[in-house]
Amino acid sequence: MTKIALKNTGFYSESPRSGILGWLLSTDHKRIGIMYLFCIVTMFLVAVCLGLALRLELIAPGPTIMGPQTYNATFTVHGIIMIFLVIIPSIPAAFGNLVLPIQIGARDVSFPKLNLLSWYCYIIGAVLAVIAIFSGGGAPDTGWTFYVPFSTQTTTNVNMAVTGALMLGFSSMLTGINFVTTIHRLRAEGMGWGRLPIFIWTLYSTAWIQVLATPMLGITLILIVLERVFGAGLFDAARGGDPILYQHLFWIYSHPAVYIMILPGMGVISEIIPTFSRKPLFGYWAMAISSLAIAFAGSLVWAHHMYASGMSDFAILIFSFLTFIVAIPSAIKIFNWVSTLYKGSIQLAPPMLHALAFIFNFAIGGLGGLALGAAASDIHLHDTTFVVGHFHYTMFGGTGFAFFAALHYWLPKFTGRMYSHKPAVIAWALLFVGFNVTYMAMQAVGIQGMPRRYYDYLPEFQTLNVVATVGSWVLAVGLIMMFVNLWNGIRKGTPVGKNPWGSATLEWSIPSPPPLENFGEKDPVVTKGPYDYKGVIADEY
Amino acid sequence: MSIEHRDDTGARFGMWLFLYTEVILFSGLFILYAMALAKYPQEFAEASHKLNIYFGTINTIVLLTSSLTIALAITAIQRNKIKQTLTLCIVTIVLAIVFLINKYFEWSAEISHGIYPGSNHMAELGPGITAFFNLYYFTAGLHGVHILIGGTLIGVVAAMVAKGKVTSDRYTLLENSALYWHLVDLVWIFLFPLYYLIL
Repeated sequence: MTKIALKNTGFYSESPRSGILGWLLSTDHKRIGIMYLFCIVTMFLVAVCLGLALRLELIAPGPTIMGPQTYNATFTVHGIIMIFLVIIPSIPAAFGNLVLPIQIGARDVSFPKLNLLSWYCYIIGAVLAVIAIFSGGGAPDTGWTFYVPFSTQTTTNVNMAVTGALMLGFSSMLTGINFVTTIHRLRAEGMGWGRLPIFIWTLYSTAWIQVLATPMLGITLILIVLERVFGAGLFDAARGGDPILYQHLFWIYSHPAVYIMILPGMGVISEIIPTFSRKPLFGYWAMAISSLAIAFAGSLVWAHHMYASGMSDFAILIFSFLTFIVAIPSAIKIFNWVSTLYKGSIQLAPPMLHALAFIFNFAIGGLGGLALGAAASDIHLHDTTFVVGHFHYTMFGGTGFAFFAALHYWLPKFTGRMYSHKPAVIAWALLFVGFNVTYMAMQAVGIQGMPRRYYDYLPEFQTLNVVATVGSWVLAVGLIMMFVNLWNGIRKGTPVGKNPWGSATLEWSIPSPPPLENFGEKDPVVTKGPYDYKGVIADEY
Repeated sequence: MSIEHRDDTGARFGMWLFLYTEVILFSGLFILYAMALAKYPQEFAEASHKLNIYFGTINTIVLLTSSLTIALAITAIQRNKIKQTLTLCIVTIVLAIVFLINKYFEWSAEISHGIYPGSNHMAELGPGITAFFNLYYFTAGLHGVHILIGGTLIGVVAAMVAKGKVTSDRYTLLENSALYWHLVDLVWIFLFPLYYLIL
């Protein structure tokens, strides 16, 4: 492939400072978004390697490539990196920053300097998390939940990991404040609430959860550090504390956090499905309101993680009921996506394939969630690999595939170049097959009774574990292929015009890559809805 | 070519969101307090009587006065009285320091009696009293950190007033710092009765 120079380099060549400082001190939302994207993909690849090592260890019973302590540390670090450094910021911080201001017709977010500060909080958190692995008493081995009493007693480097998570929480919270304010204050003329793309609605819901729930994580993590420093017994029953209360505090944040992770993914899918079906999104207001409903109801279900921890039967009943309520707005979304596809002019481009995979995986993950939300079956499934499989179905099969869909959808916009489609489709197929083999096997062996978080298992679980491990290799090949293809696309892909996909939202009405001020001197005036495809023509590439 | 963008309402909106996060931050500790109080009502009352109510009362008056002075500072800058604004900011900071000094003496007295998180004396007093003092130290400690942050913030804004960066038609920063200070005050208004008065 011969490299064709871009006619327009957009915000890449417009900056008050040159070189690396032009990035590190930039308050431009697009540069900050690109920096987030770069860091998130890097951390993702690190955590993928850890995940592959975990799967390799489980290929046979007994120690295969690591012992128990290393295994505990590996799954803890895999969890901390994937959750706090990858999934939570993946779509909101990276694509939210890149796309949100343009989609509402703004020049930037409300607080550009605060936005840069959030990025630095993220970096400090990431550095602390990485240092925690290699310093002190060794990598933390508590699991990403930092449950007491183990987390206050273990000699591993929990303090630093927890401080890192605190900084990441701060970053996420500041981004939330920034986005809520931006969506309220900076919408362009004519961009009423009824014309917001659903991606903005989901970011809005997410930002509210980030603002409302993250401080609870903050105080919980601060208390762990204080407890480790002073040994006061805050969560020690013998000294007037309550270990169960720790779990409540932790999940009051960490359950809503899974909606921080999934909602923006749903937003991405809601952009891609109509674009590639060439049909307005079915049930706009149902989609918008269900995003808020998920955010609201999702904040009231935290104790469904604790059925086996000790709670009154009545409380279990209430939390079980509320958990089922969350399924309703989620199902509304799935039905509306499928209804959008109905009689649409479907084009199976790579972003669309990832979006369809999202619907498939998320439906499985969501229904598995009901099995776990029902108290009767949860007692059986609690702390088995079924939970791990379910979580990966929603977070990797859901958010992960939405992230890949977003990469394939928006990278041409922000780099000005199109990747080649054939390898993208093959990589997608490998990812889809590898993913389902890995985690379906994990769910199946969980139902048979294999507990999570052990490096060892009984011989009768081996067949399915081998299947899962082989699946993880297919997944790895797919990932390598996808990232190599995207990288080649960024460097030497065919230049694209304003609107390669024929989408109707605002970001496709400006050049690729966008200029520094997005819309130039004059602010845009919005005259039609985000899914009004009348007169929208896709550019050839 | 960057176009100056200014949105005072947006800035205040963002600040209110941030204040909300602070409320949630402290609410975690209030939840722990509520649960422990329900479990050990007798011990909580007993422990509460060990606290010196005079320290608490003086600090309440100090903080309420500082909220007044920072509110006056905003009125002063609205009327373009820069010197008065600076004086009122400095008085607020001095009151913050008085609060912390008072806290220092209060805690020194308690620590000298062997009452601090993780002490042997606490272990002898039993779980209920331990729970009370653990929460007392951590909540008041976190509040003290907020006093430090708030005082520093007001100091920085005062310096900007002196340099003319915060002026009578551009004072959102001072207003937001004052909002923060009122919140720090408000948290104390809840801590004071919960730990010193009602039990």
